[in-house]
Amino acid sequence: MIIHHPILGPRDAQEFVYLGDAGLINRPDGMTAGIEAFHDYAYNRDNPAGEHRELWYHEQGDRSWLVVTRNTVTHEIKKVELARDVARAQGRSK
Amino acid sequence: MSQSHRIDGGQIDRSKTLRFTFDGLPYQGHPGDTLASALLANGVRLMGRSFKYHRPRGPLSSGSEEPNALVELRSGGRQEPNTRATVAELFDGLAANSQNRWPSLRFDALAINDRLNAFFAAGFYYKTFMWPKSFWEKLYEPIIRRAAGLGSVSREEDPDSYDKGFLHCDLLVIGAGPAGLMAALTAGRAGKRVILADEDFAFGGRLNAETYAVGQASGADWAAATVAELSSMPNVRLMARTTVLGAFDHGIYSAVERVSDHLAVPAVGKPRQVLWRIYSQRAILCGGATERPIAFENNDRPGIMLAGSLRAYANRWGVKAGERVAVFTNNDDGLRTAADLTAKGVEVVAVIDSRQGDEVIDTSGRLGLKSITVRDREGGTREVRVDALGVSGGWNPNVNIHSHHRSRPVWDATIAAFVPGADGPPGLLVAGSAAGVMSTHGALRTGRDAAIAALGLTGRADMPEAEDAPISITPLWHVTHGKGRAWIDQQNDVTVKDIKLAEQENFTSVEHMKRYTTLGMATDQGKTGNVIGLAIMAELTGRSIPETGTTMYRPPYTPVALGALAGRSRGKEFKPYRLTPSHHWAAEQGATFVEVGNWLRTQWVPKAGETEWRQSVDREVLATRKSVGICDVTTLGKIDIQGTDAGAFLDRVYANTFSTLPVGKCRYGLMLREDGIVFDDGTTARMGEHEYVMTTTTANAVTVFRHLEFCRQCLWPDMDVQLISTTEAWAQFSVAGPNARKLLQKVVDQDISDAAFPYMGAGNITVGGLRARLFRISFSGELAYEIAVPTRYGDALLRRLMEQGAEFDAIVYGTEALGVMRIEKGHVAGGELNGQSTALNMGLGKMVSKKKDSIGMVLSQREGLTDPNGYRLVGARPVDPKGKLTAGSHFLEIGAAPVAANDGGWLSSKVYSPHVGSDIALGYLKGGDQKIGQRMRAVNLVGGTETLVDIVSPHFVDPEGERLRG
Repeated sequence: MIIHHPILGPRDAQEFVYLGDAGLINRPDGMTAGIEAFHDYAYNRDNPAGEHRELWYHEQGDRSWLVVTRNTVTHEIKKVELARDVARAQGRSK
Repeated sequence: MSQSHRIDGGQIDRSKTLRFTFDGLPYQGHPGDTLASALLANGVRLMGRSFKYHRPRGPLSSGSEEPNALVELRSGGRQEPNTRATVAELFDGLAANSQNRWPSLRFDALAINDRLNAFFAAGFYYKTFMWPKSFWEKLYEPIIRRAAGLGSVSREEDPDSYDKGFLHCDLLVIGAGPAGLMAALTAGRAGKRVILADEDFAFGGRLNAETYAVGQASGADWAAATVAELSSMPNVRLMARTTVLGAFDHGIYSAVERVSDHLAVPAVGKPRQVLWRIYSQRAILCGGATERPIAFENNDRPGIMLAGSLRAYANRWGVKAGERVAVFTNNDDGLRTAADLTAKGVEVVAVIDSRQGDEVIDTSGRLGLKSITVRDREGGTREVRVDALGVSGGWNPNVNIHSHHRSRPVWDATIAAFVPGADGPPGLLVAGSAAGVMSTHGALRTGRDAAIAALGLTGRADMPEAEDAPISITPLWHVTHGKGRAWIDQQNDVTVKDIKLAEQENFTSVEHMKRYTTLGMATDQGKTGNVIGLAIMAELTGRSIPETGTTMYRPPYTPVALGALAGRSRGKEFKPYRLTPSHHWAAEQGATFVEVGNWLRTQWVPKAGETEWRQSVDREVLATRKSVGICDVTTLGKIDIQGTDAGAFLDRVYANTFSTLPVGKCRYGLMLREDGIVFDDGTTARMGEHEYVMTTTTANAVTVFRHLEFCRQCLWPDMDVQLISTTEAWAQFSVAGPNARKLLQKVVDQDISDAAFPYMGAGNITVGGLRARLFRISFSGELAYEIAVPTRYGDALLRRLMEQGAEFDAIVYGTEALGVMRIEKGHVAGGELNGQSTALNMGLGKMVSKKKDSIGMVLSQREGLTDPNGYRLVGARPVDPKGKLTAGSHFLEIGAAPVAANDGGWLSSKVYSPHVGSDIALGYLKGGDQKIGQRMRAVNLVGGTETLVDIVSPHFVDPEGERLRG
């Protein structure tokens, strides 16, 4: 596969490490959320046959974490974003 | 007998003679020959034995679809089994041997399987070797494997190298027949970067095997002229002997180039094969078509081959496969074989055209075809004496690569074959007979048009005239006759009967039929047999062929040597390791090394007279505890963390607190995973207000860094914190023992007295003016420091320390002594950081701060992880000091039966402690903190040992930590 890195352009998937569902960005706040919320965050994932937003890490590159929107059936990649931008857009800060 | 079957013509160089052997007998051929064509030229038809029944077999084809003529090439480390003689390029000195026969190819004892065929039908193994179950692994499988087999490997190391490479182009053309050549020519003339790859050593595809004209020239001459023009173009790369194996995602294709397979030994500096990864957004599959046979009784004898191959041997290689030849066909193309052979002066004694109602119903000749039995349209039979029979059941487009993304081919009744369907790999077009366009004109036209379409070219390229004959075929899959066997898949010995049995037992889906009968599961992947098998299944079930469908096509297109897939990743290169800064010093001392993570570390450093490893390790431990020892700890991960939020960031990623750590101090840190399990540990020092240095375990250096980047970018994107790995930047040594300070003080420029540099102190110092870092931390339990200098000075620093340390009898200790001392001190490491243990399990539960949010804090409080009777870290010591402990042993109460319900925990790490004078161990014991002082059994059912142990504190050395603070 080829991932179009928002900064570095087309890169071979071999340069990346895969983590999984981009929902991992939405970590609850440990001081307010309870075990239930963290359990859901740590263990529960959708497993769609189709469009999937997922985290890839450019380990053999610039160390960017990316959110890749990929169709798990066709492997078509629709969108690649910096995870930092996605996190900020979802209201994450410090 | 020298080349008795050689006839005029062909594209071989008769001016040169090549000598080769087959099963030890000498033969001759010419450049341009394949092993199969040269053997046929010498009158050799028998080339192999079949997989299951050990039936005598000769080549069915003249190309990569070959199911029968599998041979072993070369010997020793270069021996290569299961090579298709039909594509093995002849070279001088080639030594080939037949396989799957004993004692010889002409007399094979296991041909008895053929007589016993009634017992060997599809599903035989599943039904027969069921009972008793334990016999499968020890008895049945080894016997079956010996009897039913392919070639053998020499078990010697392959002396040749294999490479991997990467290529980029505007257009990849797969296959260099008329369609591929025309496509490459069109794109090449337009100035595009083109790669033209073909599995054959000669470009031209069927043009080399046919007698058609293209323009004013013969097809072969047109192909040669086109190749000449293409090779003059700097934008075109011609790759002969290169098989495109598969289409992968996003325009990536893999291909294997057989750089040196046609040579006895690769040229100096050249690899044997190269595995290419080709990146191209546009590609055209011009893979041609494969002829299929017709199933009739005993249709597998040497001398029976595909009609198109029979004429390929005559036209391309100047070889007649027999003296008296017949042709059996259901289509016009088969008739060309009769015409071409007759024109070459070969006697064609019969043409059996099933469209006229004539059929071949049986054959004779055990080691080679002697006669065929023909049933005519009136039902009369006659025997015809022939030694070669060409069979044509039609041609299947090679849709494989177009179907690698699960595109299903569709049935085209006009050519009675599957053609490429919709939704192939994006950017891949198909042209020529691979697309079901079978005429030469059609191939040239669709090749040109595909190049124009793929690249958006304007204008139309010139195209030479060529034949454009329509297809005339009336499908015939198998001849209905008596009770004999009619082969479909010759390599896996699958017959029409097996398909019938599969249908009878309700394995009617093609995927089930394939697995039940093994049709198409051999190394040829059923290139000649699959469509016949599914067509017969369609007949039997009353479904149409499109309803029956095909199985999936998957890469690779043809078998690939494992060497090509491995490339340079062999031996040590499979998993390269890094050398520590002290490596050369240690090697000079004759040290023993061990691979740890990505590193090669010193395991111990023997002194003269030490004959056994424990002598060295015990001495290193005692010398360190008595005076001073030095250990290279460069391999620990080091991460510089800077920014105004660095302290707050560490509070989030560590279970304990770091923002309150004073500048100039370090602290042990415990890092959890989000599920509450311990991820890693290490010490982190605060070097400045906004500057920390973290260390990780050697094993987790990479994953901790990845995790920190995840936290920084994905969880808290606005934190002002920057990370950089400095693992390779600093050489770091532990200097431990009562004389550690005295030794270091001789080397460093600053005062490091206890007052100036107290326990857990950290700071930037200098060593003879050179910048360095010093940390007063201890893994051994002794007064200890870790000193770091830029990596290139590591070797010099160690030599300085050893020189200055002579008065203290300083020694270097390796990873074994390191492990002994950390277990004596009760520090957790590999065996305890097992990915299943919590801080509480390790006796470090209080380190998890609840006053702040940190990764893993919440889930570490789950009920199941906070059981007061859960596992706790303990020490264990044999009651008898001579008693032996084994890591992995389980704790059992005295008198308890050794069953899972009574399991109390396990010994996670064990060493012999020279300090204690016996074996000692760390372990996890249920409710262990309340069991200190008790006596239990350490039981190892695997090793059959049992030792009575005292459960003790995990701190065997200096439990109060007085030495550390000394």
